[in-house]
Amino acid sequence: MNAARRFVLAGLASAFAAPACAQGFAGLGAAANGFALPDPAGRFDFPSDHGAHDAFRIEWWYLTASLTGADGASYGIQWTLFRTALNPGGGDGWDSPTLWMGHAALTTATAHHVAERLARGGVGQAGVAAVPFQAWIDEWAMTSLAGPADDVLDRLSLTARGRDFGYDLILQATGPVVAHGKDGYSVKSRDGHASHYYSQPFYQVAGRINLPSGPVEVTGQGWLDREWSSQPLSDQQTGWDWLSLVLEDGTRLMGYRMRDTRGDYTSASWILPDGTLEALPEGALVMTPLRTARVADRDIPVDWQIDLPAKGLSITVTPLNDAAWMATTVPYWEGPVFATGTHPGRGYLEMTGY
Amino acid sequence: MIAVVMGTLMSHWRKRPLQLVLLLLGLSLATALWSGVQAINAEARAAYADAAGLLARDRLDRLVGENEAPIAPARFAELRRAGWAVSPVVEGYHAPSGLSLVGIDPLTMPAGATPVGQDDGPGIAAVLAPEGLLIVNPQTADRLKDAELPPLFAVEGLPPMTAIGDIGLVQRLLDQPGLISHLVIDPDAPPGLMALAELAPELDRVSPEGDGDLARLTDSFHLNLTAFGALAFVVGLFIAHAVIGLVFEQRRATLRTLRALGVSMRVMVGMLLVELGLLALVAGIGGVALGYLVAAALLPDVAGSLRGLYGAEVSGTLSLRPGWVLAALGLTLAGTLAAAGIALWQSATMPVLAPAMPRAWARTSAKKLAWQGATGGLLLLLAGVLSLLDVGLVAAFALLASLLVGAALILPLAMSAIVTRFARQKGGPVRQWFWADTAQQVPGLSLALMALLLALVSNIGVGTMVASFRQTFTGWLDQRLASELYLNTRSSAETAAILDWVTPRVDAVLPIWSVSGTLNGLPGEVFGVADHATYRDNWPLLDAVPDVWDRVASGEVALVNEQLARRTDLAVGDQVALPGGSLPVGGIYSDYGNPKPQVLVGLALFDSRFPDVPHLRYGLRIAPEKAAALGQEITARYDLPAGSVIGQADIKAYSLDVFESTFAVTDALNILTLGVATVALFASLLTLAEMRLPQLAPLWALGLTRRRLAGIELVRIVVLAALVLILAIPLGLALAWALVARLNVAAFGWQLPMGLFPGDWLWLAVTALPAAALAALWPALRLARMPPAALLRMFANERG
Repeated sequence: MNAARRFVLAGLASAFAAPACAQGFAGLGAAANGFALPDPAGRFDFPSDHGAHDAFRIEWWYLTASLTGADGASYGIQWTLFRTALNPGGGDGWDSPTLWMGHAALTTATAHHVAERLARGGVGQAGVAAVPFQAWIDEWAMTSLAGPADDVLDRLSLTARGRDFGYDLILQATGPVVAHGKDGYSVKSRDGHASHYYSQPFYQVAGRINLPSGPVEVTGQGWLDREWSSQPLSDQQTGWDWLSLVLEDGTRLMGYRMRDTRGDYTSASWILPDGTLEALPEGALVMTPLRTARVADRDIPVDWQIDLPAKGLSITVTPLNDAAWMATTVPYWEGPVFATGTHPGRGYLEMTGY
Repeated sequence: MIAVVMGTLMSHWRKRPLQLVLLLLGLSLATALWSGVQAINAEARAAYADAAGLLARDRLDRLVGENEAPIAPARFAELRRAGWAVSPVVEGYHAPSGLSLVGIDPLTMPAGATPVGQDDGPGIAAVLAPEGLLIVNPQTADRLKDAELPPLFAVEGLPPMTAIGDIGLVQRLLDQPGLISHLVIDPDAPPGLMALAELAPELDRVSPEGDGDLARLTDSFHLNLTAFGALAFVVGLFIAHAVIGLVFEQRRATLRTLRALGVSMRVMVGMLLVELGLLALVAGIGGVALGYLVAAALLPDVAGSLRGLYGAEVSGTLSLRPGWVLAALGLTLAGTLAAAGIALWQSATMPVLAPAMPRAWARTSAKKLAWQGATGGLLLLLAGVLSLLDVGLVAAFALLASLLVGAALILPLAMSAIVTRFARQKGGPVRQWFWADTAQQVPGLSLALMALLLALVSNIGVGTMVASFRQTFTGWLDQRLASELYLNTRSSAETAAILDWVTPRVDAVLPIWSVSGTLNGLPGEVFGVADHATYRDNWPLLDAVPDVWDRVASGEVALVNEQLARRTDLAVGDQVALPGGSLPVGGIYSDYGNPKPQVLVGLALFDSRFPDVPHLRYGLRIAPEKAAALGQEITARYDLPAGSVIGQADIKAYSLDVFESTFAVTDALNILTLGVATVALFASLLTLAEMRLPQLAPLWALGLTRRRLAGIELVRIVVLAALVLILAIPLGLALAWALVARLNVAAFGWQLPMGLFPGDWLWLAVTALPAAALAALWPALRLARMPPAALLRMFANERG
């Protein structure tokens, strides 16, 4: 559930209007008046599900990658496109109720570069097309390069830039798309809040990042999350801590902790290199903050103890850069992390609602 | 002791309340006119800054279509996807509410360019909400609170009658779906991935307008007002100076006594300063209040003329700015100290036992007069030199200043010379005495007479300029507005339908098509004109080649307006750069009231160069008596909005309205200045009246009655005022010439033929001479009613 995290941002519209905590983080606890609700019996239909789901209030295309440069240094990039509908009715051109928000970030050990783009639907400035697949906002784009026989997400080009950074990457999938929860129906609270959630966690990444000091060739591993819903959070939930890891043995772990005033809710997916996904029950994953850092005038838990006893996993997660703060319209923490312990690896951590 | 000293000083004012009133009046009037003008200027400048700051016009580059054509809706997304951080803006006039609407996209608008998302502004969500909102300034919100509009959100700092809303909402209100007027470019974003010229060759990138064209255009207008304010301030200080000088002189005995009693010089000067400070404060507060009233009364006219002349929106209501109040009070204090400077210095350096000599104070030495006259002569010489140069606004104002100040300085010398001449003529003893005594009085009255001269000169000068302008402007309107009806349509299709119907019913249909464009590097307008006798017979050409209309019609030459010709130094035969290629200048025409460069070309050439310009404006020639009925019929038949068909008479009336309101301010300031000068004269006469008793007493003793003496005093002032008036006429005409031939050219870009209006001078005489008599009346009446004992006492007095 990157998802959750993603949820985060997703509350674009409400977030503009209301203080972040009034109705869950970023207004994501708001009621889903008139919008479609996730269906436990629903099944994914590709490639159309790679495109936008206008009946739902919120949705995102969320890509993170842990990279290593030709210079030997570690880097991380984020590319996200959020869709939010202000109301379920349609509207053309400038009257479109759809808002789009793009976030891009490039993290080094000493710097965290962030850019944000906003757009409304209906005028072509931003959008997502399923076939041929492209998600874009302004000149930022995630574009399918896949052959006709492959899933459109199997090969992607990815580009974004901000005032002081940019990147151009090629992503090649080495495994299948995986569905979280029960066939992609991912529960987010004990009240039954849920979303449709799938990932492509098997990208090999190569390309170039542009730093203020100049370009650097990079390679690494990427992870794409797709999630849509209309009301993913309960109004008692104040935020979440979400983690995706590529372990050295080729296994992928996705886990999250929804912070709830009535007690936290955790969930995890254990994904084998062949794409087999095991959804672990609520409570199986234990996330314990170890160290906080002062970031953007708040105390953010940046080091974590992660335990998944069912898989014999006990690791410590530490960030590449404590200050991976996304100072965007809806602010949150998102950055590359390293895991040490029983299952070393690399990945991304996202924390919202702090 | 300090209290005793203060009480003693203040007791003077209790004994002579009239002096107190005059002093306060002089200082207040000086402050009032000056600060009133400043308040008007500040209000207008704030409005310009708001206009320039709207959508950060002063710092954002814009992409505009050629000839300001709308931008294709798809261009926005294409440019964004090519990495250009552009944001769309739609602008239009919303007739039902009278609002200028500005539609923006809050999601892409550069940060800080609009109130959206700022501390005092609405949030993005509220702007994007289905019902939307319009952001206006509080005055506009108040004015439109009952209008049928989306919810209004009031924010300070927007121009009047301007509303900002979401682009979707504004397009709906304007009934223009998809319309984009121009794009703004985020200055902080990196440039796009491809050159703009490749992506959108039809768009021009326009740099920010800087501090605002309006501020520059209207500079001369405000400089004009400031000059009047400064003139009034100086005249007001004359009054204060006259009163303070007398007061200090009359109090010499008191000061001497206080010093003899042991009050130290420091304490005494300190006390005098405190006293002056208090007076300045009281007068300053009065002046500020008065100035506010003056400004509030004049502002609607100023706003009207700024709108008419420059299209500048200035709110007609005045706001009270603390900085302005403080500046006005500071100015009063400085003015008081300046007016009291010499008197204060004399008191401070006075020997303890010096006698009071008010008479000597009043007499200015011949040497001083000569120096003053020489300075005045030099200034007049400078004015003469400046009048030969033609170098812009500052030089024009320097010319005005040296002319006025030089004339004022030389006046006492000139008056002395004239009066002395009269004194040499033979006549009865009373007559001889009259002239001799008048000659003796000129130095004492010199400041008041200078004030009167300044007021009269500016009256004649400005009056002549305005009258010349009115005469020229009216004649020019008659020429320029030759068509009986002017038709404005909304679309080319509507035009075609109306023309089909109307053409057989009128004598001629004259297209008036225009586009905005760059003319010799300046933003202006190009008009296409038909080849028709209307133009041949009427167009106000200042200079032209032979057969100019044939050559315009064939597309060989263009006509340029006087503003463009002067600003880019064009003469007939030169090339003028136009959109689509340059043309030789075939003629120059006068174009009063229009601040912008303009060019006329033949209709065929216009059509070939600008084929896409919609054909929306036409002049219709028809017998004048049928015009009104036809106008109404067209409006009714095609269901046109009000104002679509305008009669010649209406346009003329509107134009003259703008004209009159422009000069209403000038007129008002003129009259006020004359009023202040009259008060100055009154103050001086009052001062002199007391001092002159020792000279009048012997005449009384020789048998002249008090009534007769008083009558002579009255006649003397009227004679002096008449002399000043006679001197003022040539000076006023020189001023008028400077205004017409130099200042107007520098300020507005056009020159006028100057006329002479003797009727106006007569009218001025009828106003000014009775005013002078009125100023002299009270001192004369006091003399007429003076108890003989008071006159007798003169012979016992030390000064006798």
